[in-house]
Amino acid sequence: MSTTSQQKTEANPTTTERITGSEAVVRCLIAEGVDLLFGYPGGAIMPVYDELYKYKDELHHVLVRHEQGATHAAQGYARASGRVGVAIATSGPGATNLITGVADAMIDSTPMVCITGQVPKDLLGSDAFQECDIIGVSIPVSKWGFQITEASEIPAVFAKAFYVAKSGRPGPVVIDITKNAQFGEFDFSYEPCTNISTYVPRPILKKEKLQEAADLINNAEKPYVLFGQGVILSEAEAELKALVEKAGIPSAWTIMGLSAMDTDHPLNVGMLGMHGNYGPNVMINQCDVMIAIGMRFDDRVTGNLSKFGKQAKVIHIEIDRSEIDKNVKTDVAIHGDAKEAMASLLPLIKEQQHESWLQEFRDCDQKEYEIVIKDECEPTDSTLTMGETIKKLNEVTGGNAIIVTDVGQHQMVACRYAEFRQSKSNITSGGLGTMGFGLPAAIGAKLGAPERDVICVVGDGGIQMTIEELGVILQTDVHVKILLLNNEFLGMVRQWQQLFFDKRYSATEMVNPNFQLIAKAYDIESNKVSERENLSDSLKKMIEHDGAYLLEVMVGKENNVFPMVPAGAAVADIRLE
Amino acid sequence: MSKENFTFAVFSENKAGLLQRVVSGFTRRKINIESLTVSESEVPGIHRYTIVVEGLDEALVKKVCTALEKQVDVQKAFYYRESDIIYREIAMYKVRAESMKEGSPGLAIVDKHHARILSVEEGFTVIQKTGRREATQALFVELEPHGILEFVRSGRIAISRPMKQLKTYLDELALASTH
Ligand SMILES: Cc1ncc(C[n+]2csc(CCOP(=O)(O)OP(=O)(O)O)c2C)c(N)n1
Repeated sequence: MSTTSQQKTEANPTTTERITGSEAVVRCLIAEGVDLLFGYPGGAIMPVYDELYKYKDELHHVLVRHEQGATHAAQGYARASGRVGVAIATSGPGATNLITGVADAMIDSTPMVCITGQVPKDLLGSDAFQECDIIGVSIPVSKWGFQITEASEIPAVFAKAFYVAKSGRPGPVVIDITKNAQFGEFDFSYEPCTNISTYVPRPILKKEKLQEAADLINNAEKPYVLFGQGVILSEAEAELKALVEKAGIPSAWTIMGLSAMDTDHPLNVGMLGMHGNYGPNVMINQCDVMIAIGMRFDDRVTGNLSKFGKQAKVIHIEIDRSEIDKNVKTDVAIHGDAKEAMASLLPLIKEQQHESWLQEFRDCDQKEYEIVIKDECEPTDSTLTMGETIKKLNEVTGGNAIIVTDVGQHQMVACRYAEFRQSKSNITSGGLGTMGFGLPAAIGAKLGAPERDVICVVGDGGIQMTIEELGVILQTDVHVKILLLNNEFLGMVRQWQQLFFDKRYSATEMVNPNFQLIAKAYDIESNKVSERENLSDSLKKMIEHDGAYLLEVMVGKENNVFPMVPAGAAVADIRLE
Repeated sequence: MSKENFTFAVFSENKAGLLQRVVSGFTRRKINIESLTVSESEVPGIHRYTIVVEGLDEALVKKVCTALEKQVDVQKAFYYRESDIIYREIAMYKVRAESMKEGSPGLAIVDKHHARILSVEEGFTVIQKTGRREATQALFVELEPHGILEFVRSGRIAISRPMKQLKTYLDELALASTH
């Protein structure tokens, strides 16, 4: 697969050529630098598929096994590569199957363009075969959408779609194309979109706000940085590092901000949130200045808002105006791009260290280690834990792999214990918490970053939600490594049942298939471990194997993830056990 | 926080599908839209959605407003308290011709309410009244005993008190959009 840049555009945009709408779709994608897309054919999108056949050397189509898989693969691709992910499906059920991924990409700010076929214009609204108003359905969960009913609309709509998907706060766009528009002929020319008069993707920074923020930071005794995916999306990793190092600020990441900084950076104090680290949670209520960067104060991060950092002055650097003051009231709002904002802030910041403040985090770490981490990662009884598995995995990968997770206990454990030395290395469904995300997203990530090891950490529940995508591994030979942490339960729900519903395990125990046989059926090398002495070697074998691999680790059935901020509780009331 | 009524003014190029996107900004928060009017604005090509909501906290209204404004095809979104706007609705009442005869109580009511006879038709008369909701409602209440055959009231339209013009906002926006 070539690695043509997203910016590449057609040589001469002003020349025109008479082609069909369906060919124009493919030409637009190529003009946007797309060389890979994920999809599933069907009646209403067949003309485009016919063109994909003709252009297959320039545009590689990955046949998924379910359209939801196409969206998650496109998301994984986008997040590993920083480019726009593209998914394509037919009308009706093909289109509705995309919706979970669209909603996931919306809440997690992932640039994605979804293309759907639609019944011919004349049949719109007639309940025609496989007709569904997908633009209507997707409006609440998409950044933008448009139904194309004439071939000539295609170039401008595609240009706008890509521009909207990747600029500002990125997100998913849905383009629905009626069949007549795919067949129609018109004079094609392509010009990329560079601005939309109604849309401000890069707000102009206000100088006085930067100075106000700098004054707060410079005078703070206990400053605290909370950073999220905005840092990764604006490629502001270096600016973040420079800023926190200069001002000596302890910095915590949200689940979406993971890997924007090295795990072992001395100022990286760990993860915020419900299952985040102890120090990062309790220090919310100890700091005097909170600097939130490219994050949105999700309720899984804040817990009870009325008891969240009330003593602190809040600086919020955020590109999406509607996130500012949405959940946490800011004292200084810096509405703008994280990279630009931090670069402008840096010269205004005094060099400082906050050793004793940082020490408070380290003391918390010690407490968390003794009460939680020691047992989780160095267990003394014979059953394997998720924590030790991830720790052993770090030893094998050196923290250089992309970790893609599904949703549940294994996700929280992976996010807590996986190590990162490179940005764009954590791909997880943070906002929507979509089970079934992991496997297809890992496939997409591997195709988006072929040079990197991609490990899909997944539970026995979640893998079965999109297990059909093993077919992609078989057909497209994608070398993803699947680390299946099998506790024979829908573990996270079981944990809640144990803690909050008196152990009434309603519908959480799983009778599972033989995953080894399933892997075999898809011609995927696999192994299963339940003994500690085999764990390291089998992880090593998984990584070293030249091809896809499934390693199933049998872990404790009723282990819990701690610490935990119970839903609705204050961050300060985080439970260590 | 106290609950109040608010009027939104949302400006956009009136693209198909946008109405649903704008409405979704309210419905996803389970906010009931009291009235909605779409019309042209003073700027060619720009439409104005006037949306009235009742009994809300300003904090929530503000969130809805910023979320509306971030929509790709929305130019600007504003919200106003009742005191920030001059607003009107128009109501029409269809009554039997007999109840509007010379010297009838019907005519006296129309006079009293400063309403006007819009149209006299075979068998019925149409009365029009422009004003605030309370005023058009008061007329309705008085006419009702005399028989109202049909009644309709428009959504609110409103002019804002602040002097900054839409055009100025749009110029600022156009500048920012190319940043
Ligand atoms: C599509 C979807 N359905 C339901 C849930 C609710 N849910 C959250 S975690 C979880 C259990 C996940 O079980 P498993 O995949 O085995 O992972 P584990 O928690 O055991 O690691 C469930 C059912 C969800 N997040 N997504």
